[in-house]
Order: sequence, then structure tokens, then C-alpha cells
Amino acid sequence: MSITEICHLAIWSDSELPGSDDINRLVDKVRTSHRNSEPLRICGSGSKFFLGCPIVGSVLDVKRHTGIVSYEPSELVLTARAGTTLREITEALTSSGQLLGFEPPWFGENATLGGTIACGLSGPRRPFSGSARDFVLGIKCITGKGELMSFGGQVIKNVAGYDVSRLMVGAMGSLGVLIEISIRVLPCHEQETTLVLELDEERALDEMIRLSGLAIPISGLSHSSGLMRVRLSGTENGIASAKAEIGGQDDERGQEYWSQLKEQKLRFFNRNQILWRLSVPVTAPAMGLGEDCLIDWGGALRWVYTDKTDEEMFEFARQMRGHATVFRAESYYQGERFSQLSGLVAELHTRLKSSFDPGGILNSGIMYSNV
Amino acid sequence: MDLQASEKSRNPELAKALRGIVGADAVITEEEALRPFECDGLTAYRELPLMVALPSNIEEVQQVMKKCAQHSVPVVTRGAGTGLSGGALPLSDGVLLSLTRMNQILEINASARTARVQPGVRNLAISEAVRHLGLYYAPDPSSQIACSIGGNVAENSGGVHCLKYGLTVHNIQQLKVVTVDGELIDIGSEALDSPGYDLLALMTGSEGMLGIVVEVLVKLLPIPPVAQVVMAAFDEVDKAGNAVAAIIGGGILPAGLEMMDSYAITAAEDFVHAGYPVDAAAILLCELDGTQEEVDTQIAKVEKIMAEYGATDTQVATDEATRQRFWSGRKAAFPAVGRISPDYYCIDGTIPRRELGTVLTAISNLSEEFGLRVANVFHAGDGNLHPLILYDANKEGELEKTEELGNRILELCVEVGGTVTGEHGVGVEKLRPMCMQFEDPVIEQFHAVKAAWDPENLLNPGKAVPTLSRCAEFGAMHVHHGNLPFSNLERF
Repeated sequence: MSITEICHLAIWSDSELPGSDDINRLVDKVRTSHRNSEPLRICGSGSKFFLGCPIVGSVLDVKRHTGIVSYEPSELVLTARAGTTLREITEALTSSGQLLGFEPPWFGENATLGGTIACGLSGPRRPFSGSARDFVLGIKCITGKGELMSFGGQVIKNVAGYDVSRLMVGAMGSLGVLIEISIRVLPCHEQETTLVLELDEERALDEMIRLSGLAIPISGLSHSSGLMRVRLSGTENGIASAKAEIGGQDDERGQEYWSQLKEQKLRFFNRNQILWRLSVPVTAPAMGLGEDCLIDWGGALRWVYTDKTDEEMFEFARQMRGHATVFRAESYYQGERFSQLSGLVAELHTRLKSSFDPGGILNSGIMYSNV
Repeated sequence: MDLQASEKSRNPELAKALRGIVGADAVITEEEALRPFECDGLTAYRELPLMVALPSNIEEVQQVMKKCAQHSVPVVTRGAGTGLSGGALPLSDGVLLSLTRMNQILEINASARTARVQPGVRNLAISEAVRHLGLYYAPDPSSQIACSIGGNVAENSGGVHCLKYGLTVHNIQQLKVVTVDGELIDIGSEALDSPGYDLLALMTGSEGMLGIVVEVLVKLLPIPPVAQVVMAAFDEVDKAGNAVAAIIGGGILPAGLEMMDSYAITAAEDFVHAGYPVDAAAILLCELDGTQEEVDTQIAKVEKIMAEYGATDTQVATDEATRQRFWSGRKAAFPAVGRISPDYYCIDGTIPRRELGTVLTAISNLSEEFGLRVANVFHAGDGNLHPLILYDANKEGELEKTEELGNRILELCVEVGGTVTGEHGVGVEKLRPMCMQFEDPVIEQFHAVKAAWDPENLLNPGKAVPTLSRCAEFGAMHVHHGNLPFSNLERF
């Protein structure tokens, strides 16, 4: 489906979109929609529309609400409006020798910070330096009642009030329209290098566990097609000593590999089949799926193609003490996208949703029917 | 006192029911025996609970909660009682649920690098139990020898090393939580994420208002092979502040980066003889950890920056004994200040680091205005400032004056874009400053979040989030995102 098709219910034409100095129009729109019980579909650049359950609603487009509000490298904190592109943010950070520690996938040239945080996805660096939610310090959002609220702040340590900022990460816009986000950033490493080792799946998983237990500067651990890759990020000397511990060969195209893994541009991802994302404990056993499984996150993330039914896959993930997501599917897929929540936890989701969005107008149904 | 009347006022029916659940020796109703539970680490506030219940396992916690919900009796959960904001202050009409008997490490998984522990396990005990595996639990609040992991989760505790290794929220994976109705739920997972909303983040730091943490799966990290400390002295606080900005802006992420002002330096030096230069206006302690090769490179960089930014003296602790000595002064700063003043009151604001100079100058002016001395210790890496106000509780009105000064300092933190509590929590202590930091709709939203978990308001009621009417009573000035009311007026 193209962006134009998805956005056919657009509230504003392209030239009318609320800009950076126009929060009021966004607030007013949500308020009116709340009054009229009009469902809204929050939209940034549309790069992650394939995620979650298909929903309908008038498109509330925040992609023109852009701009870095403040960024001081020595504070390790960047605040930007939700529509700011990851490109703009990355450029600003790179010029000061810093980066987003959770290495977010973009999935589109114009991916926005708002969409990235709402989806809460993190790249290969995640097990070693933290997830999207780990880096969020504060959020300004519009609740489903049309109230503009600020949670958290711009400082690393802050325990005043409930941690609503982090609750918003991965909530896929179902609790609030993200307007502005403050994130912690990290210094870039002096050097980065990738090693490649020939190992079968089982031995690779064992080796990932062994390496993760060592105090060496690892920033990526993946396995596919009989090759384990280890990325190291640190000082020149630190990397040199770690390489001796790990062995293997230098991968000259390492940088490109990690970028393609993060963006799902490796050949593995190029299939017209449901792509399953299994998030499991690192100790979960090898799956023996050969070319149908790619391991990331040091064993904690398994990308899988399978002929199994969705019920079987959700059950399989549960038995591995993890959970499963239908990450990419053809438009005819009608089943559940996420592992189901247990009774009381599902009930808590309903009540939390209703506390932020009593009319159920914000991206409702994008994760589960009750939220 | 009429013992019968006292026992009667202590709800004998509930006491009997709870004894039936946790055993006769695990319910306390006698005033003398209740006394040790009357406060937590914030001793200025005291209250005797209706009774104390000491469950030994999850089932007992569930049964106690069911019984209390049935009787509509509020419940305050308490860990080791080391909290500094009165979060575990009992309610006179409520049960104090002490989880100290649930103190077992249930499972250590070296491959997954996790430990499954009961809430009453002490923070430091976790690291001690996994040291032989080359692992440790990173958050290290200064009370780590005594504080419990359940309390750490409730407060989202940090510590000296959280700039690099994060707070509690970054170092736990899964919780078992008993709800106000006595139901048991799992939050988070053994995987790195879980489906649905991030309830793990919401629960962390929720100060016992949403549920009772009865089991924690903590992440463990490999112990860095090498840790070294650089100590640098400065003749001006601003120079030290600039050096901090330069270190972090220069791409170095220290494991710890602490600052002390001259008052704190002198007090600490007199107390533990850490070898601090007592004539300095400020000192910085900067710890680097990692492999020997990484640390060597970074130490060289840090030394260079310190010199460039005007350090009058720089020393590197190359051996463990010297490193421990350098840290001893910082770690003893609070008790050291306690030696030079009958009482002290610890403030816990966080500020953007760039505002350090402005804030310290303003604190010094306020100190003069109130006629109370203030010593400053500062987690410089993450902007968490701990001014220690020195006072004498025996002097008429001095506690009130101290609290007023504390509020003024927190107001200042909010004005410059910071927060009223970096790591100690709101508890009962910072209800008023909360009104300064948050606008009414946000406070209402916090109450709505609480109601989603605890509709009858039985879990730790009255803590962490002020009621709107209370905020109105305070008549507090709302300072939000630096937008001061009457922003055209000069403020000093």
C-alpha cells in the first residue's frame, strides 16, 4: 500500500499541515476528535506503517512539526519535535561525535523521531547499550482528551512522578500523540570493527553467551548462513586486545552489514513471506531453521520465516519464555500481530489506555483490540 | 496507656486475620515493637502504623493484600527502610507490609547473566553472590550495603555509576507484582522486551503506589577488569564545571564523575583523610573503567582535559588502595557533614549541567539569606545535585527554615530546566515541590494512572503525587519549562 492510499483520510492537505510553531492546531484537532469520537491515525513519514494491526482513522499528520529544539553535546541530551527526521538528528549528532545509542532502524529515508520512539524499535547495538526506551528522558504529548502534557524532562536522573515518558515508548501512539522528545545520546566510539567467524547456529549461540560475559567492547553479535559476526566499538587499543580474544577474520564490509541488518536490507529479508520477530532469552536453544533464521542481539532476537501457523508460532515463543511479533506481512494477513497478554495485564492495558485516551480515538486497535 | 484500648484501636479483627495468614510472630501490634517502623531514612517524619505484617512468601503477600482490600485498609510497603523521602512512612490507619523476610536469592543464571531475587535481598548482596562468576549488579546507591532491591525498584535508585550503567530501570528485566487485590502478575520478561505497554518502566520508581514488587529478575554485567580514578582540584567551581562538560563533550563516558565543593571537601578530609587538597574550591573525581588498554587511553585524555581547564592539581589512583581512598571521602561526605553540624538536610535536585555555575551561586546567596550553611556534593556526570543544609533541629523554627530553603533550592532546579528529585523519590517530602514542577492536568493524569492500578487508593495513599487541593493550599508558584510567571521581573 502506498502512503497516499493510507493517507486518503488526511485531515489536512500537504500545504495545510501544522508546522513547528503550530501545536495549537494539533491540540485543537485532537480535542475536536475527542468530542466527536472521531478515530485518529497518527502519521509521521509513514515509514513504519507496516507495523501493527491495520487501523482506520482520519490521519493526524505530525511530519511538519519539526526541528531540533535543543542540543548541547556536553549534556548528552537532545530535544527535538516529533516530526524531525532521523537524518537531521543523525547529522547533528555526527557533527559533534555522538550517536543514538539504541541504533534505531529507519525503514525509510524520512523516518521521524516521533515514529521511531512510538514504535520503540532498537537496532543491533541494543543488548550492549540499551533500547529506545532506555534513552528517552522526557516527552511532550497530546493525550486523547486533547491536553498537551509534559512528562519527564531533559536530565538523566529524574524520579519525579510516574515514568510516563518511557511508558509511551513502544505504545505506538495509542496513549498520546508524541509532540516533542528528549533523548539521551552517547559519544561515538573511537573505532569500530567487525569480525566474522564460521560457526554453526548452536556453536554461535554458545559463543555469543561467552563473549557477552566478557568485559570487552562488543556492540553487535549476529549469526546467519553459518557466519557469526562480532562488532567491536571502543578505543583502538581496547579493540585490538578484544580481537585477540575473539579470533576470526576482519570483515571489510562490516559497517555495511550492520546497516543492512538494521534496515532489513540483507538478502535474508528479501522474501514474500511473513517475517516473524521472536524476542527470547539469550539462552533459548538453536532453532535449526538454517537459512530461515537470522539471529541478532547476541541471541535474544530471532528473525524467522516459517510455514507454521500463527497460533503455533505464538505458542512456540511462549514456550521459549519470550514473545512473537508478526513483523511484516502481506496485506491479506488477518491474524494477531503480537503475543497475547494475560488476563489481568490485558485489563491493566485497557485501564491505562482509558486513563490517557478515554474516548479510544488514538491509534486504537493498533496493538490489540482493547488498546 | 490503656493497653486494651490501644489494641482495640489497632483493629484486632484484621490483626487476627493477618496472624492467620503470616503466623502469630509475623504480625506486630504492640506500640514498643512498632516503634522501629515509625520512619524510614527521612527521620523528620514519624508515624506509628496500625500494625506491621511480615510475610515470608508471595502467597502470604497475596493473602494479606486480599484481606486488607476486604477491610479497605491502606497498605504501605517497606523494604529495608533506608529511603530518604518518607516513601515508607507508615499510616496510622494502615498496615505496614515489611518484606524483609523475603530475602532469598532464588536463582543465578550465569549464561543469561541474570539473578532472580526476592525483594528483601540487599543490593550489595547480589553483587557479592555473583562475584565468583565475574559478574555484578551495576546500580550502587550509597546505601547499597543495607538497602533492598525491592525498594530500589520502587524508587528507581541510581548511584555513583549510573552515568555509564544506568538506573534501576535499565538494569532489571522482569518483576513479579502483587496487585492491590492480591493478584499476581508478571511484568517484563526474560527476553529483552515484552509485548504491550512498558509496564516495567512504569512500575519502576512508582514508590509502592501501583503494586507490590515480590520478585525481581536483575541483569548482571561483567566486572570491568580495570577501574581507575583521576582526582583533580580547581580553584574555582566554574572551572571544574567546564572540565566536566569538556570530558563528556570530548567523547568520554566515565563510570563515575563526582564533584565536591570546598565545604564538603574540608568536612570529608577532616573525617576520613582521603588526601583531598583542602584549599581547593572544588574537586572532581573521575572514574574510568574497562580493559587496561581502554582505561589507559581514557585516563591520558582526562588528565589532559583537566590540565587544559585549569586544574591546580591532578592525581591518578593507579592502585586499588589509592582508588578506594579517593572514593572514601566522597562516600563519607554525608556523615562527614553530620560531624560538623547537629543535623543536616539532604536535597536531591537535578539540573542540566550547564546551569551548575548559576545554581551554585544562587544556592550560596540563598544560604546567606537564610543564615544556614550549605555543603554541595554533586553527581556531576548526570547533573544530580545534593546540597546538604546544615541546621540544628533543637533550635526553634530552624527545621522549618531549612525546609523552606530546601524548597527554594528545588524551585531553582525546576526554573533552570531540572527536576525536584533525581534519585531519592517524592515520598511525603517533596509533595510540595511536585506542585512546582508539574501543571495540574499532569498531576491529574498521574492520579488517573494510579487509579488504573489501585482504584480504591489503598496502596501507599498520599505519597508521591500531591492532590490538586494540596497544591492549591501551598499556593505554589508553577514554574514550567523555564516559563516563569512574571518573566519580566528580575530574579536573584
